[in-house]
Amino acid sequence: MSNEHKHVRVRHDGGIVEVRLLDRHILDELIIREIGEEIDKVVADAPSPSMVLDFTDVEHLSSSALGMLITLNSRLQDLDGGLCMINVGDPICEVFRITRLDKVLAMAEDYAAARADLLGEA
Amino acid sequence: MTGADQWSRSWRTCGTRTDCNEVIEAVQAALQDAGFGETAAFAVRLSLEEALANAVRHGHVGDEQRPIDVSAEIGGGVVRLEVADEGPGFDPDAVPDPTAEENLTIASGRGLSLMRAFMTEVEVVPPGNRIIMIYRGATA
Repeated sequence: MSNEHKHVRVRHDGGIVEVRLLDRHILDELIIREIGEEIDKVVADAPSPSMVLDFTDVEHLSSSALGMLITLNSRLQDLDGGLCMINVGDPICEVFRITRLDKVLAMAEDYAAARADLLGEA
Repeated sequence: MTGADQWSRSWRTCGTRTDCNEVIEAVQAALQDAGFGETAAFAVRLSLEEALANAVRHGHVGDEQRPIDVSAEIGGGVVRLEVADEGPGFDPDAVPDPTAEENLTIASGRGLSLMRAFMTEVEVVPPGNRIIMIYRGATA
């Protein structure tokens, strides 16, 4: 994984780009904007628009962060790719369920399942 | 702090990250002292964050320097939070339902919905620039 970014760690794996979010709290508007900018750059530089987003380190996220995820998901879909989230903790799963974003944003149990889902191998 | 104790504090703060964090962390510490667990901590942090963000973004049109009044009371298994801004307020009934099918891909407008989901009671006091949130839950 490369560490040229402040808020994310990036790994390329064939047709997939894996992005691990490094902040515990994704609440602050400024941090959310910076994360969005870093991920935009990752998308622009990636050979493929299929992304696994790893939430292992994330404990809290705000409605603004949800907005960033919706925008990212739409952008990847517009590029004929996709987004799949992994290692999402129970409280954050509850946020996705309450907002019904679990209907819009894909989640998988682990990286292998997400990769297979994005590459149509499931 | 024992279960019978009441903790209360109020702030005249503003919307910078440092000021918001000071309020949020003080409330989180008081929650822990009062014996509330992780579920309560998550709900209260998220709701307070959303209320403060709404005060800055909507109430004060992004001006982080305008004052926000916050009060918090914790005790007897109840958390009561109040956040007031200087804006003109808003009609909560006019906020589109973010869970409606046609609104699911809209990037904003979920703050109030999250507060209502995670807190036991949420009241937007007319004209809509003051919000009162109550959480009731078990303590250790």
